[in-house]
Amino acid sequence: MAWRDADIPSLQRRAKRRRRLGRVGLYTSAILFSFFAVFPFSWALISMFKQSSDLYVKDNNPFWFNLAPTLEHLRLLFVETNYLTFIRNSFVVGLAVTLITLTLALPLAYALARLRLRWGERMGIAIFLVYLIPPTLLFIPMTRVINTLGLQESLWSLIVVYPTITIPISSWLLMGFFKGIPMDIEEQAMVDGQSRIGAIARVVLPLMFPGIVAVVVFAFTLSAHEFIYALAFNKSSAVKTIATGVPTELVRGDVFFWQSLQAAVIIVAIPIALVFNAFLDRFIKGFTMGAVKG
Amino acid sequence: MTSSTLTRDRYLADNPKFLAGLFMSPALIYIIALVGFPFVLAIIYAFTDISTGNPELNFVGFDTFRRVLDDPVFRKALWNTFWFATLANLVVVVLATALAEVLTRDFRGKWLVRFLVLLPWVAPVSLATITWLWTLDSIFSPIDWVLRQFGLITENMYWLGRPQLAMWSIVIVQAWRIVPLAAVIVMAGLVAIPDEINDAVAVDGAGTWRRMFQVTIPLLAPIIAVAVLFGVILSISDMSLVYVLTRGGPTHSTQVLSTWAFIKGIEGGALGQGAAVALFLLPVLVGITAVVLRLARRREVL
Repeated sequence: MAWRDADIPSLQRRAKRRRRLGRVGLYTSAILFSFFAVFPFSWALISMFKQSSDLYVKDNNPFWFNLAPTLEHLRLLFVETNYLTFIRNSFVVGLAVTLITLTLALPLAYALARLRLRWGERMGIAIFLVYLIPPTLLFIPMTRVINTLGLQESLWSLIVVYPTITIPISSWLLMGFFKGIPMDIEEQAMVDGQSRIGAIARVVLPLMFPGIVAVVVFAFTLSAHEFIYALAFNKSSAVKTIATGVPTELVRGDVFFWQSLQAAVIIVAIPIALVFNAFLDRFIKGFTMGAVKG
Repeated sequence: MTSSTLTRDRYLADNPKFLAGLFMSPALIYIIALVGFPFVLAIIYAFTDISTGNPELNFVGFDTFRRVLDDPVFRKALWNTFWFATLANLVVVVLATALAEVLTRDFRGKWLVRFLVLLPWVAPVSLATITWLWTLDSIFSPIDWVLRQFGLITENMYWLGRPQLAMWSIVIVQAWRIVPLAAVIVMAGLVAIPDEINDAVAVDGAGTWRRMFQVTIPLLAPIIAVAVLFGVILSISDMSLVYVLTRGGPTHSTQVLSTWAFIKGIEGGALGQGAAVALFLLPVLVGITAVVLRLARRREVL
């Protein structure tokens, strides 16, 4: 017994030291990962307030304001470029895409998740696979389709095409959320005299709110993110989105308006990141729930 | 089933088969019209000499493919695509697993760390890439400035201006962008590991590293595979990053299939050749699809 009593403090000490070492490692890696992720953004954030005569001197400290910071480049961005138009365009496209996606994907996901179809599972996987067909494979014929429909150089081209990306992934997400709602709730409503549609509208859809929000966030972020289609369909400045407008319009010939360009990135990227971040958990939950076989 | 037999006859829409048709057809028609049809058209285009100047469907057999294959730039792009996707995803697997491990722990300031490390993924890709374009600038790159201060270099690096270095630059930027996504996917897997397993391993006296390599990683293998799958698909199909950073230059040293298809097909107007170039992505995608299906059948993930 005696040896054991003597050993306990030293064991405790060792465990404590190990734990402290683990904490140090944890914080160090958290800081290193954050630094790597944020580095180019922080450089952008500093640059956007720098005067040109400070920024464009090779040996000036890039991380410090050698001359007083200025808002001139922000003014340039908002007053002399189509930046606000790009933001509005992305927003309009996002709204329309959200509506189309929900109208088409909600019923599809409901049918696949809750009607106990014999081929429902296989169909669900098939629809998910559509998501794996990348725009790179489709943008050339798609350009022709859009031209034939007369939609090129308008926001309609994007409004029509983006649901091909959002519907598959949203159906998959929504299937997961539908499976999470017990069948009994719906069946009880039907026993109580509701039609199935009535039961869906009054009982099931309200419970789907988190899933619907996830789809809304996804559709909006996609319309701000998507690049290839937007670049291929719309070449005039008035119908560009944030993703294509900023990299193509704020570069005039070989002259980059670096400060305004970085400001344009920061102003859009941070709010989108905040919103996306807030819904990420829900998004992952939906994603993995869609994965759970019902 | 009892409830549906109970109510079946009251409303037509209560019939599951009718309802299934009603609910599924709009979305399916949309997908078939705007994914299925262009997909078939892409294959047809690859066998014609269609261009923006000559929009007739003129079948030329394998001529378009032969012309694409004879082009040294195409062969370079094919090779580059392979290296780009492989190297970037190797980096991603290592970093994402570590990052997921960090983010599942509790520590002070976690919310902020999570927000910061997710930034590369949640910011629109073309915009996030612009910050790198500026970070890797040939004259004003802050990285070069730091290296100069430490006396490590006297001349600038020209990160995007020299063939080999440009390739490494786009690989690192791509990894930077995908790591958050992969980490988030891996995290979903980490959270799903029952606490009992971790407790049992801890009771057995295994330390962090042993737990990580002998328990966590083997259990995570399927979900890491899913993360890699998404990473590979993004790397071979999303051209925005390469297009914004280098447009395939210098001298096509970072040209990949997706940028080459765009440059040939849209900017050059050779629609047939562009479609043929893009079709070379198809075998890879079919392979990935097969893997996804196998995983799905094993009912572990997806």
